[in-house]
Amino acid sequence: MVMGSHIVVGIRQFFEQIGELSFFFGRFLREAVKPPFEFSELLHQCYNVGNRSLPLVGITGFIIGLVLTLQTRPTLEEFGAVSWMPNMVGISIIREIGPVIVALICAGRIASGMGAELGSMRVTEQIDAMEVSGTNPFKYLVVTRIIATTMMIPILTIFGDVLALYGSFLVENFKGNVSFQLYFNQVFDALSFGDLVPAIIKSFFFGMAIGLVGCFKGYNCKKGTVGVGVAANTAVVMASMFIFILDFIAVFISDIFYDL
Amino acid sequence: MKATQNITSVHQSTAMPEAVIAIQDLRKSFGDNHVLNGFNMKLYKGENLVIMGKSGSGKSVMIKCLVGLMQADSGSIMVMGKEVAKLNRKVLDELRAEIGFLFQGSALYDSMTVRENLEFPLRRHQKKMGNNLDTNSLVMEALENVGLAHTVDIMPEELSGGMKRRVALARTLIIQPKIILYDEPTSGLDPITSKEIIELMLRIQKKYETSSLIITHDVDCARVIADRMILLIDGVNYIEGTFDELIQINDPKVKAFFK
Repeated sequence: MVMGSHIVVGIRQFFEQIGELSFFFGRFLREAVKPPFEFSELLHQCYNVGNRSLPLVGITGFIIGLVLTLQTRPTLEEFGAVSWMPNMVGISIIREIGPVIVALICAGRIASGMGAELGSMRVTEQIDAMEVSGTNPFKYLVVTRIIATTMMIPILTIFGDVLALYGSFLVENFKGNVSFQLYFNQVFDALSFGDLVPAIIKSFFFGMAIGLVGCFKGYNCKKGTVGVGVAANTAVVMASMFIFILDFIAVFISDIFYDL
Repeated sequence: MKATQNITSVHQSTAMPEAVIAIQDLRKSFGDNHVLNGFNMKLYKGENLVIMGKSGSGKSVMIKCLVGLMQADSGSIMVMGKEVAKLNRKVLDELRAEIGFLFQGSALYDSMTVRENLEFPLRRHQKKMGNNLDTNSLVMEALENVGLAHTVDIMPEELSGGMKRRVALARTLIIQPKIILYDEPTSGLDPITSKEIIELMLRIQKKYETSSLIITHDVDCARVIADRMILLIDGVNYIEGTFDELIQINDPKVKAFFK
């Protein structure tokens, strides 16, 4: 009985959150097209989101490429299909692993950071101070951050993909004496326009989801300093969940286009 | 008996100057919690009005309604002749350029240096301040007013509580407001720093001839700074008068504040 009521409360809270998030997103869309525009803050956020995530995304991408190749090689060797390695790694990284892994890493770094930063600004009245200073805090803090993540995550994804492929090439070069030119020729032969475009498009949506959830949790933070921790934590969980849901929708839609 | 029937005014008003803030029958509830139950108040030009009340009595809610950070359920708030609830965002921002707000926790932007904190309202209220601003000299002047010119390029986290409050006051002053709202200006500070802040507030009031609304539960602060006081009890202005008048009132609810 008690467990049943917990489930009901949980489901109700989930739908309340989705409703509030939808309103928040609607407000973002309205405020994003209304002047004045906060260009300098947008550039500052692009720097924060993009430049400061480069090392993490680069190292992770590089290691994923190395590990994927090292772990797949023995199986491909068994079937005498090692020459297919660049094709397999290229397609899997560009279409799926690259965008999803980069988005998940950024959800951990950026969504939690935004949740904590805006949350602490909320509980220490900095957002109120901004409002009485004649600034629209939603435009200054939220709109700039969501646009920055939407623009930067695809760029970070491309950067992560390139380093993952380079990591894979190093293994192939070391173990199979494959040249740089041969490896990347094979990668690009295996890839088509239909592999690249959906991957880039979905990473735009991943970026938007990361910014939206991080800002939503932080901007609506309550219950003092405890609330800041909760905002940061739930921002990561919710953003990661959204990334998987969006990925499923993207794969589903691109699958329809492949069938046509 | 209704709470509003408790209102007593012991202040014999003489010829007062114009009211820069006038609040009438202000009501605000959060669910079943009725915080303000018909609060009335006037702040006159050039005076220091102290509003005292227990924690959770609605002082901060009232001051936030005053600058449009919160919407009241009903009642009227006139600031410099303008009804706050009826203003659009643009006009409200212009009005806010005439109001300085010192927040309880200072509310300095911790991702910005002291200089950037002070420049922020300057740039935002460019219409009032003009386009050809010498921001550097204005920042330095505001910091010199609070005796902290040497902190200009450091981050707020490196400042003590009292220094933060003074920088926040400098940020409030830089837009040359006609009204300053102080939300618990001395809370969380030691007695010596509190005294310094109070003296600073008095000096500023004299220098810039501002009207000040001070929300506090610090009796020492009220004694030194108040031209007039209002006790906010049960969501209404329970009693008002000068400090010396209120301290002699033989009402247990009033006496509780001055023990």
